Amino acid sequence: MAEKITLSDLNKTLTEMNVQSLEGLKIEGDVEIDLDVGAGGVGPMFAYYFGQEAAKIAMQLINFAKAVGYPVENLMQPVAVAQAIAPAPKDIAAAAAAVPAFKVASALASAKFSVGVDKTWKIPIQEVTLGATKADGGSRGHVVKLGGEKAMPFFPDAAMPHAPKITMDVFDMPIGMAKAVKMHYEDVINSPGEWAKKAVKKFGADMVTVHLISTDPLLKDTPAQEAVKTVEEVLQAVDVPICIGGSGNPNKDPIVLSKAAEVAQGERVLIASANLNMDWEKIGKACVDNGHVCLAWTQLEINSQKELNRKLMKVAGVPRESIVMDPTTAALAYGLDFAYSNMERIRLGALKGDEELTFPMSSGTTNAWGVRESWMVKSPNKDDSDWGDRMLRGPIWEILTGYSLAMAGVDIFMMMHPMAVAYLHEITQSLMGRIEAKTPDTSAWLKMGV
Amino acid sequence: MKETSPLNLYKQLPQTNCKKCGETTCMAYAAGLIARTRKVEECTPLIEEKKYAKKLEALRSIIAPELKMIYIGVGEKQVKVGGEDVMYRHQMTFFNKPPFAYDVADNMEEAKLIERVKKITTWRKFYIGKWQGVEMIAVRSVTDDPAKFAACVKTVMANGNGFPLILCSFNPAVLKAGLEVAAKEKPLIYAANKDNWKEVAQLAFDYKVPVTLSVPFDLDGLKSMAVTFASMGLTDLVLDPGTAPNGKMLQQTLLNFINLRRAAVEEAQRDIAYPVMVLPINAWLTTEDPVRASYWESVLTAAFVIRGGAIMIKHSLEAHSMMPDMHLRFNIYTDPRTPVQVKPGIYKVGNPGAESPVFLTTNFALTYYTVESDIASNGIDAYIISINTDGIGVQASVAGGQLTPTKILDSFNEANFDWKAQKFPAIVLPGMAAKFSGELEDLFAGKAKIMVGPEDSGRIVGWMKDMWPPKA
Repeated sequence: MAEKITLSDLNKTLTEMNVQSLEGLKIEGDVEIDLDVGAGGVGPMFAYYFGQEAAKIAMQLINFAKAVGYPVENLMQPVAVAQAIAPAPKDIAAAAAAVPAFKVASALASAKFSVGVDKTWKIPIQEVTLGATKADGGSRGHVVKLGGEKAMPFFPDAAMPHAPKITMDVFDMPIGMAKAVKMHYEDVINSPGEWAKKAVKKFGADMVTVHLISTDPLLKDTPAQEAVKTVEEVLQAVDVPICIGGSGNPNKDPIVLSKAAEVAQGERVLIASANLNMDWEKIGKACVDNGHVCLAWTQLEINSQKELNRKLMKVAGVPRESIVMDPTTAALAYGLDFAYSNMERIRLGALKGDEELTFPMSSGTTNAWGVRESWMVKSPNKDDSDWGDRMLRGPIWEILTGYSLAMAGVDIFMMMHPMAVAYLHEITQSLMGRIEAKTPDTSAWLKMGV
Repeated sequence: MKETSPLNLYKQLPQTNCKKCGETTCMAYAAGLIARTRKVEECTPLIEEKKYAKKLEALRSIIAPELKMIYIGVGEKQVKVGGEDVMYRHQMTFFNKPPFAYDVADNMEEAKLIERVKKITTWRKFYIGKWQGVEMIAVRSVTDDPAKFAACVKTVMANGNGFPLILCSFNPAVLKAGLEVAAKEKPLIYAANKDNWKEVAQLAFDYKVPVTLSVPFDLDGLKSMAVTFASMGLTDLVLDPGTAPNGKMLQQTLLNFINLRRAAVEEAQRDIAYPVMVLPINAWLTTEDPVRASYWESVLTAAFVIRGGAIMIKHSLEAHSMMPDMHLRFNIYTDPRTPVQVKPGIYKVGNPGAESPVFLTTNFALTYYTVESDIASNGIDAYIISINTDGIGVQASVAGGQLTPTKILDSFNEANFDWKAQKFPAIVLPGMAAKFSGELEDLFAGKAKIMVGPEDSGRIVGWMKDMWPPKA
């Protein structure tokens, strides 16, 4: 910025700065001199080294020098200016001398970027097939394949053989749901068959999960024999592979899931799930006897996961190609950091050769709806900024919970909100390079409207 | 830092065990340096005594992060960008969460501009004992007019509460005009590209500001520019390898980020080891639908928060995209080495007295702070007892046996809570621990009434209205 100082100002400053003299110069009267410390030939370089005041002085000196015919060009470097201010404080002069003059390069250096792959990844993840078609003794229209990865998801080292899959939740009795979810299922909430159809036909689910929660002794305590009728109903309603879940009651689930495994014999369903706190052996054996896949569920602990996988294989005799892991999904803002790193460690451990961990992973992504930020109308904390529209906030909670875990290595997602399902599908497909779209000019954001 | 042995850092320390840093031994301090919980500056003899100059220099070079760290802005709002050492967070931790810079433009009406700046700078959300918010403002030149840009930057600074800025234009004259106004506050400039890099390099030098190098989808070209800038002594660099919001180029974008991060932290390629910029704002180039755009912007943000984005320019100020993005970033950048716990014991919220309730929760930090903020922000005076459940939340610790009636009784005894001073001696259990109430009644034997609170602490306000003080 141009500013004006007078010579008397200058002299005063010079005195303050302990600059001894401008010998040989005699100037009378208050001559105004234009200064352009910020943008002119001297620039902020001086301000940086000498401070604003000294830079002004330096500029004066240059102007004076010009006036008396001194070769000013030589003065335009900081070293020269430091010398020109006599006597410059020693350390300033030294600092200035140490800084080489700045010179813009004449051309870009030639360079080649290259980077290797991770050589510690030796073992592929076990491939697991869910569902069985007629040819294989089942009645599904197609099968779903999980696993087979040789690298972390979406990494350059090796392409993922199968895209992540989504199985949508169906419950055997009406349950409490967040408003944003409930509105999509109100018409089918009393009919698991219709519910499953809607999930597949309308929302594009790869699979459905039938949760037999009514078997919970604290809910309806539906006997296993009766509860499994819902499994038959869903198997008839849709021809996608299915997953069967219990109520989470550790005493009842082994009974319910074993019975369910029997009625679904030959369909190669995913039985959800065996856990160390229950009779996992009974569940594992029911999977083996009826040709199903066992979901091995542990709580955020890699060593427990290894233990359960080992026991299922060695004690219950579950073959490697019939195990999927659920290392627990703690949702976004509710422990996602634990879930994410636990899964990432499991997947990296598997790739590096830990054969007790080389299985596809499943995520109970629906847990996102348990987080208050996903469903509450407004913040209970009065000092928070407005939380916005919960109908929009909820689905994205489910998307980001699932998507983060997709990056950690999850192969199959249990989900509920149709919009969340659509976005998770789109982003995972995109990152596999499977979606064609015209990419806009990626610098156009600079000039877009607000 | 590739070094993992404290011994090798110890060699560069004074080895006097002078304790000035607060550690008992130089070796313990060396271990702290490895974990990046201690700073070089804390070893004052090493810094101050000339005889250690060589050691100091060697030490600094060993402990420099693999990915260069740069500073943008000045004062307390200054942000650190980059400075990472690992590929995956569990290997140590990610250190500097990518600042979110929300955009404004120089063609906005002044009132609208000020309103948007205010919104950016005041947005906040409480989470685990901390306020989350935005860190930066990106000022875009839509007009390409230096005077208009300078005026806009001035307005932003006047209303921006010290938030560091990114000055965005490919026109050196526009950038220069912005720098004339803002250089003192050390903004980041965006950007040098293949056409303007000479002028922008000069600006970065003249005004001593960090600069972004934008070479989309050409890592050879990006490296070439980084090497060139470094050769001119300009090393406060941010790289923009291009952010494609859709299609196959989006896949390429992620691959580029992964490759750059790998080159920096796994292969120590120092000439390309600079923080990388992400442009989730580009989601807005793919659709006219604001919901779709904000959703997609969040998805892009998530991808690059996880895989190596060091600084982001964003657009949607809707809560439905800001909240999840902020929480995801918080979760991913939480230090996994530190358990997220609070100290067990009795806490006071507000000014509790004889008529105040005692709410019970666990020492999982998320749970504790949620309860605390729900009580405090509604002006309720209360005690909270945090029970040591090894940092596990209420629901899981009830199921897993870390929260039991006996432990609750022991915790009150350890805290020496004076029930006699209370007019309504009562413990408010979390709704999720309701099943303990019978057993607790027996254990406390009339010393305190056991009440069942709501399942979510967000409903404590309503609960207080209906249930407190307790009826005899």
